[in-house]
Amino acid sequence: MANHDIHLTVRKGTVHALVGENGAGKSTLMKILYGMQKPDEGTITIHGEQVSFSSPADAIVRGIGMVHQHFMLADNLTVLENVVLGSERLHGIGGRARRRIKELSDRYGLGVRPDVLVEELGVAARQRVEILKVLYRGATTLILDEPTAVLVPQEVDALFDNLRELKAEGLSVIFISHKLGEVLSVADEITVIRRGTTVGTAVPAETTPRQLAELMVGSELPTPETAESTVTDRPVLTVDKLRLAAPGGKALLDDISFTIHAGEVLGIAGVEGNGQTELVDALIGLRHADSGTIRLADEEITSWATRRRREQGIGYIPEDRHRHGLLLEAPLWENRILGHVTEKPNAKGVWLDPKAAQEDTRRIVRTYDVRTPGIDVTAASLSGGNQQKLIVGREMSHKPRFLIAAHPTRGVDVGAQAAIWDHIREARREGLAVLLISADLDELIGLSDTLRVIYDGKLVADADPATITPEELGTAMTGAAEGHLEHDETPETPADPSTSAESPEDEAR
Amino acid sequence: MKKFDKERVLLAVAGPVIALAVAFVLSAIVLIASGKNPVEPFAIMFEQAGFSDIQVLIVNQASMYYIAALAVAIGFRMNLFNIGVDGQYQLGAMMAAIVGAHANLPAFLQVPLLLLTAVLTGAFWAGIAGVLKVTRGVSEVVATIMLNAIATSLIVYMWKPDVFGVKIGNNSTTGEMHESGWIPGIDMGAAGEIYGLLVLAVLLGIGYWVVLNRTRFGFDLRASGASESAASASGVDPKRMVLTAMLLSGAIAGLAGLPILLGDSHTYNLNFPTGIGFLGIGIALLGRNSPVGIAFAALLWAWLDKASPELDFHGYDKEIAVIMQGLIVLSVVVSYEAVREWGLRRQQRRVGAELAAGHVLGADNNTTKEVAGR
Repeated sequence: MANHDIHLTVRKGTVHALVGENGAGKSTLMKILYGMQKPDEGTITIHGEQVSFSSPADAIVRGIGMVHQHFMLADNLTVLENVVLGSERLHGIGGRARRRIKELSDRYGLGVRPDVLVEELGVAARQRVEILKVLYRGATTLILDEPTAVLVPQEVDALFDNLRELKAEGLSVIFISHKLGEVLSVADEITVIRRGTTVGTAVPAETTPRQLAELMVGSELPTPETAESTVTDRPVLTVDKLRLAAPGGKALLDDISFTIHAGEVLGIAGVEGNGQTELVDALIGLRHADSGTIRLADEEITSWATRRRREQGIGYIPEDRHRHGLLLEAPLWENRILGHVTEKPNAKGVWLDPKAAQEDTRRIVRTYDVRTPGIDVTAASLSGGNQQKLIVGREMSHKPRFLIAAHPTRGVDVGAQAAIWDHIREARREGLAVLLISADLDELIGLSDTLRVIYDGKLVADADPATITPEELGTAMTGAAEGHLEHDETPETPADPSTSAESPEDEAR
Repeated sequence: MKKFDKERVLLAVAGPVIALAVAFVLSAIVLIASGKNPVEPFAIMFEQAGFSDIQVLIVNQASMYYIAALAVAIGFRMNLFNIGVDGQYQLGAMMAAIVGAHANLPAFLQVPLLLLTAVLTGAFWAGIAGVLKVTRGVSEVVATIMLNAIATSLIVYMWKPDVFGVKIGNNSTTGEMHESGWIPGIDMGAAGEIYGLLVLAVLLGIGYWVVLNRTRFGFDLRASGASESAASASGVDPKRMVLTAMLLSGAIAGLAGLPILLGDSHTYNLNFPTGIGFLGIGIALLGRNSPVGIAFAALLWAWLDKASPELDFHGYDKEIAVIMQGLIVLSVVVSYEAVREWGLRRQQRRVGAELAAGHVLGADNNTTKEVAGR
């Protein structure tokens, strides 16, 4: 279940922020409001009138417009062409449309020039075109899905000025974000979503980022605590000054150094898009570092291909299991082979050994409690949690020395979550080194022996999971705190999260 | 578990059956629209299939279609569209014919030499497209189409008398091959001879199945086709896989013209069959890239080809067979996608139902556990 018992009221002429962790259900809620998905129960009311949307077109007719996180513009068309595309009936495609675009642009201070090619525009300008596109179609309620994720701070300020113009003209804005500083500076009202349900509302003037983080993270879950420490002094994975740059030269990962010992779980906390995906890719070999070294035990593996890394004992629970972990239309036993095609029991020399692979798949299904009627069904017919259990079982079956666990319990229900935690803990006792990346701060704090915070491609802070709270960690994830995070509020620590948490201006980014 | 196996067979058969039925109906409509009897042409063509000499023609034609379609299917299995099979088999056949006319070894060396020549030529020609894709990102579709055009020009050039050509009357040929390279046919009495290299087609089909389904390489290839991202994460080098698959596809394509070259024509001339590579695309589609499916599809295609000339004698246009081939390809694409989606959804529902009913693998061992995943 992605959403349940959601209550949300947006008033005219306000900016209403919707905050929650990754996977909390914000996107699903927005899809429902925009007609992309149908709710199983519950109602939507606009201006006192109950409505039901079967497609985005219905939502647009009712004045709801959506600005997606990923822009939906055709690069090789002009702004005017992009705006009228699909709405040619409104104001034609010529002079009238151009006048209307100018008029809207001037009224809301968007600064959009109708005859420029979209490919010549920067990110912020494209976003304003998207907003104008929605206004052109007559929207009175705008949904902005994480609009600041792609902007630099000055652009964020400009966007917020635009939003204030919009609400001054009587429009409503629903602003989805997980950046608390921004939310507090622009929103009139805040609704917090956690685990698919609304858990509270807040008025920015009376709320601190800390209170908001508490609401967002909550504390009602069975905590994934690890009992005694199993950390040894035997390094399994050593990363030294790793750097990875985007084609343009911007560093996606910069100066990343850490060591994971046998029996240690290293947790990486961070807001999504700060380099976690790139770090995982560099470790599994999907991307190669521009500089720096990676060592597995005593061997340098920086130049190794993915297959060799996997054969030598790197296990991989990918962030996006559908893209990187499974062949959805292949039977379960073929998915059991995926990633380990050269290893026993899947292969004998260059030949596959389907019998042994099938037999072992049955064992995984039993041991890891994968709920399936058989091993010949396609992976697509299993639920997300069972797919994940199959992946965990597969990776654990090859006795990895080092496990990359990216969001191992994302989209998995509570029961499967606890089981996956158990398996990781058990392997850790036997000397497994784990890199844990998660958006679930309880999971991070509960499972990790060491915590590092990643921000903008750099490891900026570290913390002791035994004492740190999710709120303090959340603050550091916005880039507001650096260095070693201490729990006790000693004033001589400059990076004390409690002091920086009280000044929202510092973390407008 | 038997239930899911039956389901798979049902899904595998449903696609082609629906497609063929739709194609027959649409062809009948075309006939009615042109004021002809919609049933009689099919009756005539079915009758043709009963004659043994036509049967030999069908099998011979199908052997070449089969090899070409296998070449296309290898590409399809990893999402590569090798449109260049046509150029690859023609060049392969021509090079084999040239080598066969100039080298004269004992038969047990000559025949492997000719096969190897064809394989290497086809692989080389397809490999150009593969290298372009891997190094420069050129779409293999565009590259292979261009290479087809170049192959045609190259063939015309090599037919020139001062290159490798021998003029016989008005016909351009590559000269008669030495007899050591001829492969005797399987004698069917009055009905004619079946090409000896039909055996090669069968062996290639078996090899195709074994490599794809029983080797590590085949698994990697299929994984790349099913999900490129999952395959790279599993350790497949995508570039190497593209190049290998292109080379393999080209190598098989190079052999597609050999049954007739070594079995009948013994020279590469203006009458050498063209267009087999393009027909192979439709045949691979209809055969769902499976060696058995492709065999049926190749026979069907060959039947439409060889039975249709008879229509001219009964006042019908034999082009109805070509229309039908086109309609089959169209309906195949639509019906397979529909059946695939329907099958996936159906299986999801059935798995849900089985789980709800408590039919869980290994349920005897852990009956106490409740359904944890949804």
